Amino acid sequence: MASDKVLSLNGLSKRFGSVVANNDVSLTLNKGEVLALLGENGAGKTTLMNMLFGHYLPDEGSVEVADESGALRALPLGHPQAAIAAGVGMVHQHFTLAENLNALDNIVMGSENLRALHRNRRAAAEKIQTIMTRSGLSAPLDVPVGRLSVGERQRVEILKALYRDVRILVLDEPTAVLTPQEADTLFENIGAMARDGLSVIFISHKLREVLAFSHRIAVLRHGANVGEIATADADERTIARMMVGADTERTERSAMEPGAPVLSLRDIRVPGRSERDTLEIPELDVCGNEIVGIAGVSGNGQAALAGVISGTVQPQSGTIEIGGKTLHDFSPTAMIGAGVGRIPEDRHHDGIVGSMSVAENMVIERLDDEEVQKNGLLRREAIVRNAERLTEAYDVRGPGVQAPARLLSGGNIQKLILARVFEQMPSLILANQPTRGLDMGAAAEVARRLLEARARGAGIILISEDLDEVLGLADRILVIHDGKLGTAPSRDRESIGLMMAGEMA
Amino acid sequence: MDILQIVFTESFWAASLRIATPLIFGVLGALICERAGVLNLGIEGIFVAGAMSGWMAVWLGAGLWGGVLVAALAGGFFGFIHALLTVPLGLSQHVSGLGVTLFATSVSYFTYRTALPNVSSPPRIEPFRPLDVPILSDLPFVGPVLFQQTALTWLALLMVAVVWYVLNRTPLGVAIKAVGDNPSSVDAQGLSVYGLRIGAIVAGSALMALGGAFLTMSAFDAFFFGMINGRGWICIALVIFASWRPGKALIGALLFGAFDALQVRLQTEVGALVPSQVFLMMPYILSIIALVIAARGADYPRALLQPWFKGQR
Repeated sequence: MASDKVLSLNGLSKRFGSVVANNDVSLTLNKGEVLALLGENGAGKTTLMNMLFGHYLPDEGSVEVADESGALRALPLGHPQAAIAAGVGMVHQHFTLAENLNALDNIVMGSENLRALHRNRRAAAEKIQTIMTRSGLSAPLDVPVGRLSVGERQRVEILKALYRDVRILVLDEPTAVLTPQEADTLFENIGAMARDGLSVIFISHKLREVLAFSHRIAVLRHGANVGEIATADADERTIARMMVGADTERTERSAMEPGAPVLSLRDIRVPGRSERDTLEIPELDVCGNEIVGIAGVSGNGQAALAGVISGTVQPQSGTIEIGGKTLHDFSPTAMIGAGVGRIPEDRHHDGIVGSMSVAENMVIERLDDEEVQKNGLLRREAIVRNAERLTEAYDVRGPGVQAPARLLSGGNIQKLILARVFEQMPSLILANQPTRGLDMGAAAEVARRLLEARARGAGIILISEDLDEVLGLADRILVIHDGKLGTAPSRDRESIGLMMAGEMA
Repeated sequence: MDILQIVFTESFWAASLRIATPLIFGVLGALICERAGVLNLGIEGIFVAGAMSGWMAVWLGAGLWGGVLVAALAGGFFGFIHALLTVPLGLSQHVSGLGVTLFATSVSYFTYRTALPNVSSPPRIEPFRPLDVPILSDLPFVGPVLFQQTALTWLALLMVAVVWYVLNRTPLGVAIKAVGDNPSSVDAQGLSVYGLRIGAIVAGSALMALGGAFLTMSAFDAFFFGMINGRGWICIALVIFASWRPGKALIGALLFGAFDALQVRLQTEVGALVPSQVFLMMPYILSIIALVIAARGADYPRALLQPWFKGQR
């Protein structure tokens, strides 16, 4: 690892209204270095990187980037074009891909002269092929991006940056949507590129990959620098303490005797587009005081299973019993009425109505309730009081209960959903990817609430791609593959991983 | 004479293409706007503005192609208003578009009445003549259908190819399609979302105005109130029929033109038995049926109707 500086962020500050997102943050990056940027949600990591890339204009501070000779030069702020020209590439947390275009068009777009009357697709394809071979990242070039898998899209995003001859690559939570194997491969490729002189900053919540793949770790808290540490000197505990500012406590799962079944599925069949995503469940019981973990790679029928339990998908055949009563009506209302609490996978889309206030979102599943309405009119004061109580109890932070819910960060949206669901004391809880994309503090809070509900007698179905989460929380582990459930023979990663890949029945 | 006989006459196909010409311009214009992610309901008014301004320019002595240019500029101007309201300001595309339609229509009528306060029958101009290409126009069937059309019809057909080429073979087309699918993808590559969208709306609106100009400068030789008669709205529907593809847009416009030409001919055949309104309805009803079939699973540009603001996602 060379030690000549390629990037220097000097005293950057950014305020959004009264919220200070970044306060006097400084950071340097050396050639060939892989720097991990850590911090809780809302610590200002993404804002910092967006200022570097010109999406946001900093209120104060400057950015210097080394040119090809290695001399640091001031970067004009607020212009993505300038950042690209200076050799900075960014891979955003949310993909910035046009799904109607193929990978080649997505990669090449912006580097061609818009006034040109024709395109040299062959030359572009050759250059991309060279980059693919060199970096080990590959993706089909001539298929619309909308049809690529998440992992392939991620690689297209990175190829997009590499195509512009970046010397500094910024990755915002690159592995949030990848399977563990894909994530490891990605980081191995990044490591190889760093040895060739690429400098990398990546944002992550996963301490395991931070420790395994970075050279140096910088931590932000509440929008300010709180420290840096060489990865060789770090362990999970020290980093966690730096991020949170205190020791985090691990939630312990106490042994419990399962109670009576709260959910029984019999001979459920939900046809999919192919045999592979056709859900077939001959028998599934979830008992009170029990967490049933469903592990599996996404796209193996989890969506159909979650849909059935949420009441949004009508099975073709089969029966569903909740709390001993057979359900005949597969509507969301019927499910809520039967005592099902739902934590949806896509919390932004399915969990909240973004344009409605936090307070309204808190009561949206029980609009018939006397506490919420009287004679068909909403009781606004009661709704706001309810929201104020719940935001306090569940630590939902944001611009206030009257503000639109979309303004909350991902972690706080999830806390809003937890508050809404858990306050109804559901007898069955469907938690679909409940901690995806959440930071440690928020994830620990979700785990604590789930265990609390279990202790009070609820049955919980935990659908997760994060095997560590399933292993940590579930009393019983099932693996879903090709729409069929199998029981894990033991709690070891190896055999569950094989089942997830469909190599063991 | 039955329907089959009508369908096999030269005059039926020549009429179909003639009726389709303004629609081809309109659908292409609407298609460009929507590919960039902006619905342009100003189209009906832009047709009126193009029809009026093009005709008036010729009447004032600008020459036919001068009139075409004036119509395009007028369309671009009203498109620019729509673009400013919907792109940087991010206002409702429906409201802004309908506003532009009302505004452009009223301004056109007002200008016409101010310039010609006391005429009862509208003054005529010398319109585009059929090209009458030597040799080719003497070919059986194909000759009268294709080679005795006016220059504007040829321009419309040429524009189908041009729009197809730009969208599918140039960097600009790639960027326009991307900005209509996910504006952030364009922004992340350092291109201007606003620039692309405003440019697409202005260019698309200029094309729409040519559809209006065709009516006053080629199909007829004068401007009447109410002469656009919903052609703009038809184009908005035809874009969906066309799945936002120029080639299919041509087919859609021709189909509608054929229905309309058929309707006129059927009226003379069996008009005594059936009220004429039934025939007038026919192209619309057939279009609705065609739309219902074609629009199933229509692949809308993902960012259509969604405003985009820098620094928000």
